[in-house]
Amino acid sequence: MSLLDISRLVVSVDDKEILKGLDLQVNPGEVHAIMGPNGSGKSTLTNALAGRDGYTIKHGQALFDSTDLTELEPEERSHAGLFLAFQYPVEIPGVTNMEFLKTSVDSHREIKGLQELTAVEFMRNLRNLAKRLELNPDFLKRGVNESFSGGEKKRNEILQMLCLNPRLALLDETDSGLDIDALQIVAKGINEFRTSTNAVVLVTHYQRLLNYITPDFVHVLIEGRIAKSGDATLALELETKGYGWLNGS
Amino acid sequence: MTTDTTPTPKDLVQREYEAGFVTDIDSVTLPPGLSESIVRRISAINSEPDWLTEWRLDAFRRWSAMKEPRWAHVKFPPIDYQAISYFSAPKGDKPKSLDEVDPELLRTYEKLGIPLHEQKALAGVEEDPEQSPVAVDAVFDSVSITTTFKGTLREHGVVFCSISEAVRTHPELVKKYMGSVVPKSDNFYAALNSAVFSDGTFVYVPEGVRCPMELLTYFRINAANTGQFERTLIIADKGSYVSYLEGCTAPMRDENQLHAAVVELIALDDAKIKYSTVQNWYPGDESGEGGIYNFVTKRGSCRGARSHISWTQVETGSAITWKYPSVLLRGDGSKGEFYSVALTNNFQQADTGTKMTHIGRNTTSTIVSKGISAGQSSNAYRGLVRMNPGAKNARNHTQCDSLLIGSKCAAHTFPYIESRRQDAVVEHEATTTKVSDDQLFLCRQRGIAPEKAVSMIVNGFCREVFRELPMEFAVEASKLLEVSLEGAVG
Repeated sequence: MSLLDISRLVVSVDDKEILKGLDLQVNPGEVHAIMGPNGSGKSTLTNALAGRDGYTIKHGQALFDSTDLTELEPEERSHAGLFLAFQYPVEIPGVTNMEFLKTSVDSHREIKGLQELTAVEFMRNLRNLAKRLELNPDFLKRGVNESFSGGEKKRNEILQMLCLNPRLALLDETDSGLDIDALQIVAKGINEFRTSTNAVVLVTHYQRLLNYITPDFVHVLIEGRIAKSGDATLALELETKGYGWLNGS
Repeated sequence: MTTDTTPTPKDLVQREYEAGFVTDIDSVTLPPGLSESIVRRISAINSEPDWLTEWRLDAFRRWSAMKEPRWAHVKFPPIDYQAISYFSAPKGDKPKSLDEVDPELLRTYEKLGIPLHEQKALAGVEEDPEQSPVAVDAVFDSVSITTTFKGTLREHGVVFCSISEAVRTHPELVKKYMGSVVPKSDNFYAALNSAVFSDGTFVYVPEGVRCPMELLTYFRINAANTGQFERTLIIADKGSYVSYLEGCTAPMRDENQLHAAVVELIALDDAKIKYSTVQNWYPGDESGEGGIYNFVTKRGSCRGARSHISWTQVETGSAITWKYPSVLLRGDGSKGEFYSVALTNNFQQADTGTKMTHIGRNTTSTIVSKGISAGQSSNAYRGLVRMNPGAKNARNHTQCDSLLIGSKCAAHTFPYIESRRQDAVVEHEATTTKVSDDQLFLCRQRGIAPEKAVSMIVNGFCREVFRELPMEFAVEASKLLEVSLEGAVG
């Protein structure tokens, strides 16, 4: 059974239809890349799946592990194992990164009936993860995304993903704004995260991330529908030919 | 798809005021009204010396000629000063030991988490043998019920008692310092307080002594239709140090009650006074009914060279707060600090801030003010930094941040700077931010419930102030914010 099963999904933002009947199945162990021109609905898809206010599902459905996502609050979707890495991570001044992450992890543990982690256990784990992403330990004591560089913000999203270990990670343009070194670190983090039981949906503009993470499927989103699906070679083809040939016009 | 998943403000504006119970106890309460004879009776009840009776009468005459100030950014119907009772105390003689205290009163403080037994720590603070205990002065309506750890403090020469007791035991200090920082006719409410003041706390720390424990006064208003007019006087002699905490609560009542206190601090050469307040007077209900009018004059005088006075306040309660803990920087090289968090929700109004008056040379002051407005409340920062002609090389830094939660609240900033010197350095930074939908969504996407998310964001906003609080109070302040913010998500 699919981990994520989307059928004929229609989503509108400010009464404007952005997704116009999208189908997508994601199984455990798979990596899907979603590409497409600006305004094609890529971010709308991830935001609607995560339950952001203002993204209204008009028709169709999105099942996560057989549960209709519309029945869950955003925090419940998180507890169920759905994670969204934000395209533009927002700052929360004065709330330290470690405090934020501990509150987040403890919220997940509470739902599972587990005790809160002690500060020592939590920090040991967190420091290890930070090290894997080549983040300075001081970074954990700074306010969430507060005066982080673009690259630090994106690495911070991956750190949060590794901390929560979700079943489905939606990564919304996690590669944008990264220099080549940061891109490799982020890609390494994502590759190490992959198992046979979880899945990744990468939203990206560029083929370059896919040099480091090999997707099982590549989908091209055009005007709110998937215009073409294929394997990793499709991304290379797009790199040379662009999106124009898929418009059908 | 249900996109309107965020609870509306109304769903959640059910703020619980845990300290809102009434203690059922026999009291002696003076009939409502204010006159020379009432002032004389209050003085007589306290068996005061003639000089103090005359002092009160002088204040009363001055007050009679004064008008309520109306410049604050708050609105309230006229107060009928003849409808208020100016003295109320539990029946019977003042207990000599804790065994003589009415069990009903002991239960009251137990419920509030205030330890009147010397072996206990403040509620909510984990027992820690390393942690020194807190000495408590418990003021109930107009009188002090008991003061703990007097013996231990006496060994260090520290005087910690009610002000009425200090009038008897240390008349020379009271006479010398009372009214020396806040004169009787300083303002309308200070004059009223000077005429009718009841118990409050007196602290004297002798030369070179570091007070061995935190001192706490816990003020409780219980009686109906009664005002509380306490007076606190703290004197830190040369080279001494004291950290003093103040907490306050009141029952939930439909009518507004007046609390007009005066606090005076005096720091001599090289002395430091750290004064922390967690103010949780009853704020009124969600429709704006009831609550305390908190009209308070707090001022410290850095009289000695290199003396240091630091105010930290967390204001979550009261229907109206009108309060400007200030510092007169007289001594050369003296230092004044003001750290404030003021949170208003529902229909609460706060007009609070500070005055830093630089008189001596090389004086410095720091102001950090964090205002949080939710519901339909109004929150104003009002500050004055004055550099007098003699204040060579004086410096001030002010940071004034406002956080808005929802769209019906208001934040105002009224900073005044009066500099009479070319070499003065005065810096002012101000920001206004909102708890944004993006921040809330980030938290919820990470599994954090909306209420928890808002309190985390607000706590982050207040961090700079909270870290100035002693540990006992930091825990309480953080919890209070959480309670006060219940329902503020929208």
